Amino acid sequence: MAAQHCAGSAPGIDTGAVYSKDKRPVDTSCFFGTRKYQRDDMKKFIETLVEEHGGRASELLQILIKVQARWHHVPRDCIEQLAEQLHIPRTRVISVVEFYTFLHAQPRGEYEILISDSITDRMLGKPQLMDFLAAKLQVQVGAVRQDGLVSLDNTSCTGMCDQGPAGLINGRAVTALDTRKVVAIAELIASKVPVEEWSGDFFLVHDNIRKAGLLLGDTIGNGVALHSAFARGLDETLRELDISGLRGRGGAGFKTALKWRFAKQEQDSERFVVCNADEGEPGTFKDRVLLNSHAHELFEGMTLCAAIIGAKQGFLYLRGEYQYLYEPLQQVLQQRRQSGLLGGNIAGQDVTFDIEIHVGAGAYICGEESALIESLEGKCGIPRNRPPYPVSQGYLGKPTVVNNVETFVAAAKVAVHGGDWFAARGTEQSKGSKILSISGDCRHPGIYEYNFGVSVAGILDDCGADDVFGVQIGGPSGTFIGNAEFDRKLAFEDLATGGSFIVFDNSRNVLDIVQNFTDFFAHESCGFCTPCRVGTALLKKQFDKIQQGHGSAGDLLELERLGRLIKTTSHCGLGQTAANPILTTLQRYPELYQRQLKKISFEPGFDLDGSLETARKLSRRNDPAAHLTQGGE
Amino acid sequence: MSKTISIDGRQVEFVDGQTIMEAAAAAGVYIPHLCHHPDFTPHGSCKLCTVKVNGRNCSACTFPAQEGQEVLNETDELREDRRMITQMLFVEGNHFCPSCEKSGNCQLQAVAYYLQMLDDHFPLFFASRELDASHPEVMIDHDRCIFCTLCVRASHLDGKEVFAISGRGINKHLIVNSPSGKLQDSALEAGDRAVDICPTGAILRKGIGYRVPIGKRIFDLKKIDAVSLAEQGGAHGE
Ligand SMILES: Cc1cc2nc3c(=O)[nH]c(=O)nc-3n(C[C@H](O)[C@H](O)[C@H](O)COP(=O)(O)O)c2cc1C
Ligand code: SF4
Ligand code: SF4
Ligand code: FES
Ligand code: FES
Repeated sequence: MAAQHCAGSAPGIDTGAVYSKDKRPVDTSCFFGTRKYQRDDMKKFIETLVEEHGGRASELLQILIKVQARWHHVPRDCIEQLAEQLHIPRTRVISVVEFYTFLHAQPRGEYEILISDSITDRMLGKPQLMDFLAAKLQVQVGAVRQDGLVSLDNTSCTGMCDQGPAGLINGRAVTALDTRKVVAIAELIASKVPVEEWSGDFFLVHDNIRKAGLLLGDTIGNGVALHSAFARGLDETLRELDISGLRGRGGAGFKTALKWRFAKQEQDSERFVVCNADEGEPGTFKDRVLLNSHAHELFEGMTLCAAIIGAKQGFLYLRGEYQYLYEPLQQVLQQRRQSGLLGGNIAGQDVTFDIEIHVGAGAYICGEESALIESLEGKCGIPRNRPPYPVSQGYLGKPTVVNNVETFVAAAKVAVHGGDWFAARGTEQSKGSKILSISGDCRHPGIYEYNFGVSVAGILDDCGADDVFGVQIGGPSGTFIGNAEFDRKLAFEDLATGGSFIVFDNSRNVLDIVQNFTDFFAHESCGFCTPCRVGTALLKKQFDKIQQGHGSAGDLLELERLGRLIKTTSHCGLGQTAANPILTTLQRYPELYQRQLKKISFEPGFDLDGSLETARKLSRRNDPAAHLTQGGE
Repeated sequence: MSKTISIDGRQVEFVDGQTIMEAAAAAGVYIPHLCHHPDFTPHGSCKLCTVKVNGRNCSACTFPAQEGQEVLNETDELREDRRMITQMLFVEGNHFCPSCEKSGNCQLQAVAYYLQMLDDHFPLFFASRELDASHPEVMIDHDRCIFCTLCVRASHLDGKEVFAISGRGINKHLIVNSPSGKLQDSALEAGDRAVDICPTGAILRKGIGYRVPIGKRIFDLKKIDAVSLAEQGGAHGE
C-alpha cells in the first residue's frame, strides 16, 4: 500500500506544511522515501509551467490551477518559487490562492469532490445525495478523509441545473447523480482508478435544446460572418449591428454597437476583445450549450469585433466549472487557425487576431466585467472603480470590449443576415431573441429560445410546468415573481434576464429558496467594500434568525433596512443585487415572513440557551437544569 | 472661468482630474471617509464617503468631479447610511476602545462620534484574529483592521510591499510579506510611512503607548471634520 502510494501520482504531501498546519497523519515510511524526490519533482514541475506560460505574472491564476490539479493544493514551497520566478511578492500569490475557491493552501483529497449547492440541485435531491455520498466515502462535508484520498465539499451552482444533482470531481463536471452512481464512484475511488479512466457516462452533459429560434435555429458556415462583413465593409457592418438594436445578453443590456464604437474610438495602439463565459448566475446554463455546440459562431463574433475595433488579441474567460469544455474549444480554435480564420491575414484581409482561453477557479464575482479583467491579469477578482470603464481602460489598461457569449453569437448572425433581420423580432427596446436556461419544477428543463416580449405564462406552458407558485427570473440577482404576475413579459422594459429561469411549484417553501440565495451571495462576496462584505454576512444572520423562528416584528424592519443599505451603497452589481431575494419576496409575501415571527414584544438578539450549548457539551450534560428559558412565553 | 460643482447647495470649484472628495477638501467641506488619504491612489472600499450625485450614490473619493454635478453630502439619509456602515466596521472586528492605545487618535472612533453612533446595533462577529507583536518596534493587532489598505498602498509606494489583503468576503484579512508571515521577518522598518498610516489601532508603534494621555489626543480636542486630511493621516500616538 505504502509502496503504491510512493510510486503513484501525487499523494499530495505538503512537506512544508505537514507539521504546522495539516493535522493529517502522514505515512512516514513513504514520506522519508519520497520527500526529496517530491521537492525536486515539484520544483521542476513549476519551472516548466512558468516557462510554458512565458514567465508572465498575468498567468499566475492559470499556473496555480495546474498546480492545484497536480498536487491537490498549492504547497508553501511552490508559493515561494512562483513569487521568485514571476517577480511578484509572495503575498500576491497567497492572496490569489485564498481568493479562488478551487485553490487551496492545505491539501485536498486526491479525489476532490464538489457538489453543486444550487437551489435546483437541492430540489433534485442534493441534500439526501450528499449525506449518502459522505457516508459511502466516509468523509465529512467540508473535510479531507484521514487517509487523504478524498475530500468532499459544497460549491456554488455548476451550471447543470437541467441535469442535476451535479458536481465536480477533480474539476470534471459530473451530472445526474443518483445513488447508483454514488456507489460506483465510491468503488472507483476505493480502488484508486484515476478519474481519466472512469466511464464517460459520469461526465455526459446534454445540450437539452428544447426550442430553437433566431440563434439556435441554424448555424452559419465557418467564416461566413467574416466574409459578409468584409464584403459589406466593417463600418457598414457596425452600422448593421446598430440597426439590429442588439443589447448585451449578460444581463445589463448595454447596446453592443455602442460599446464596440467606444472602444474603436479610443486613442490607443492596442485593444482587446474578451468573451465573458463565466456564467456564474445560479440557474444559467445557456452559454454552456453555446460553447459546446456553437463555438465557431462565438469565435466568429469575437473575430468580427476584433476586426471592427482593431484588436489583435482576444480572451475567452471560461468558468472553472466548464473546464471539460477547454480541450474541445482549443480544438475549434486550432481548426480556425488552420482555415485562416484566426492568426494573420484573416479571411484574406489585413487582419491579425488570435484567441487565448483563460480558466476561472470558482468565483462568481469574476463574471463582473472589471473583476473578470483583474482575473485575466492573474489577480484576485475584485471589481475596479469606474470610471474608467473597460472600453477605455480594460485589460492591461487598454481599451477592451467585454461581451457575453450569446452577444458575440448574435453579432455574428447579424453580420450575415443584417440588422433588420434581427430587429424585426422582439419588442421596442429589446430586439431579437433571448436564450433561456429553464430549470426547476417543470417536465422539460433545458434551453429555450424566444423572441423578446414572450409572456411568462407562455414559457411555463412550453416547459411543462403545472401548479406553479412562482418563478425566479434572472437568477438570485434578479426578481422573484408570483403566479399573479405570469402575464408579464421577458424584455429589458419589463423582466430583464441574463437567461436564468427557475420554476417553483406550490410544494416549495419560499423562505428556503431565499435562504439558499442569500447564502450564495454571502459566500460569493469578494469582500472589497464594507456594505457587501459585512452586509451580506449580517443579512444571512438576520434572515436565519427569522427563518429559525427567533425573530420579532422589529427584525423584519431591520432585514429590510439592511437590505436597502446593501443595495444602495455597494460597490458593484453583486452587492447591489444581493438583497434582491429578500426584498422581492418580502414585498410579495410579507405574511410568509410574519408567520415565522415569535409572538412576543421583545426578542433579544442573543439566544441565551443556545449559547450554553458548548458548556453543555463540555460538561456532558443535557438535563433540564442545564437549559434556560427566555422570552415572554 | 473655473468649473464648479454644488455640494449641499454650495458652489465648490474644481479642476479637471479632481475627485469630488478632492474638490470638497480643497474647499474645506468635510466628507466622512476612512480608506481615503490624499497622498495615495483612491481605493473606494469603505463606502463611508458615499454621496448622492445627481440622485445616484457614488463614492466621493473615486468619482471624478464634473461640471454641473449636484452633490448631496450632509443629509439625514446619508448620515444614517454612513452610521450603519461604520457600525458594520465595528462589529466585524473587535474594537474595545477603552483599552486601545489608539483611542482619541483613531479615525474610526472619531468618525463614529461624528456620525453620532451610540451603539454597535448589529450583532458582533467575535472574529478570532491574531496579534503580531514579533517586530521590535511595530505591532499589528488584527482585531482592529478595517481593510482600508492604506498600509498596503504606503508599503507599495516605497517598494517594500510589506502588506497585502488576502481572502474573500468576510474572511478577508491582512497578511505580511515575509517567509514566516510574521512582521519581524519582513522588510518593515520603523521609519516607513506604512507604520503611521493606519487610521485605526491595528498597526501601532511600540514604546510610545499612552505618552499623550487620553483626553488630550487629536480627536479628543477637535471633531474629525475640523482636522485636516493631512493631520488625520498622521494621527498616531506621538
Ligand atoms: C456579480 C456579477 C456577475 C456577472 N456575471 C456575468 C456572467 O457570468 N456572464 C456575463 O456575460 N455577464 C456577467 N455579468 C455582467 C458583466 O459585468 C457585463 O455586463 C457583461 O459581461 C457585458 O457583456 P454584454 O454586454 O454582452 O452583456 C455579471 C455582472 C455582475 C455584477
Ligand atoms: S481601533 Fe479605534 S475603533 Fe478600534 S478599538 Fe481602537 S480606538 Fe476603538
Ligand atoms: S492595518 Fe490599518 S492601514 Fe492596514 S488595512 Fe488594516 S486598518 Fe488599514
Ligand atoms: S465587492 Fe462587489 S459589492 Fe462589494
Ligand atoms: S473614503 Fe471613499 S470609499 Fe472609503
